Amino acid sequence: MNSFYMMIALILLVTMLLGLVRVMRGPSRVDRMLAAQLLGTSSVGILLLLALAFEQSALRDVALVFALLAAVSGLAFVRVWAAGVLAK
Amino acid sequence: MTMLFHALIDALNWVWISQFLSVLFISVGAVFFVAGTVGVLRFDSALNRLHALTKADNLGLGFVILGVMLQADSWALVLKYVMIWGLVLVSAAVVSHLMGQRAYQLEQQDADEQDARKQDAPTSSADSIASTEQGDKAC
Repeated sequence: MNSFYMMIALILLVTMLLGLVRVMRGPSRVDRMLAAQLLGTSSVGILLLLALAFEQSALRDVALVFALLAAVSGLAFVRVWAAGVLAK
Repeated sequence: MTMLFHALIDALNWVWISQFLSVLFISVGAVFFVAGTVGVLRFDSALNRLHALTKADNLGLGFVILGVMLQADSWALVLKYVMIWGLVLVSAAVVSHLMGQRAYQLEQQDADEQDARKQDAPTSSADSIASTEQGDKAC
């Protein structure tokens, strides 16, 4: 079972890498930030799988913090943009 | 003695079934993650990408959490998993709505600018904007 969890975590890691391509290319800031949102969600999944594979329950708390921070980063991005600090 | 034996068999079956279901759910979750990423890479407008990302991604995480939940050994752990998924869902809904608004505003602005440019005579500054827009479409 452990190797299965790690294999799935590896697949999710590959999807994160592919998401980074969109962060690099994305024409607008919205695209980049959306791809970062994708990275946040898949990192939560990876952490939960690794918590099972390595039997480290602390990783679940890390996943909880990641889920919180994804919301904060997106909200801060939109607020700062709406305030007119960033150019288009 | 026979009752003990039957109880043991039942326990073994439950372990086997829960592991099978957990492998199934986690695999389905990984498939949804891959589909969401492919959508983010291949779709051509920001709103389409938003659509691909929010649905497939959160459903994938839901399946992974469902599979992981079957391996939990206490109800507190199940509650924590439910909390993580709920938090991700709520934050994704709020952030996606805000970003979708911004992406829509940007598209409207671009359309308005293009209309204005069609009516006016082309100038050198308008040419430079047009060249950047062609670069965007190539992506």
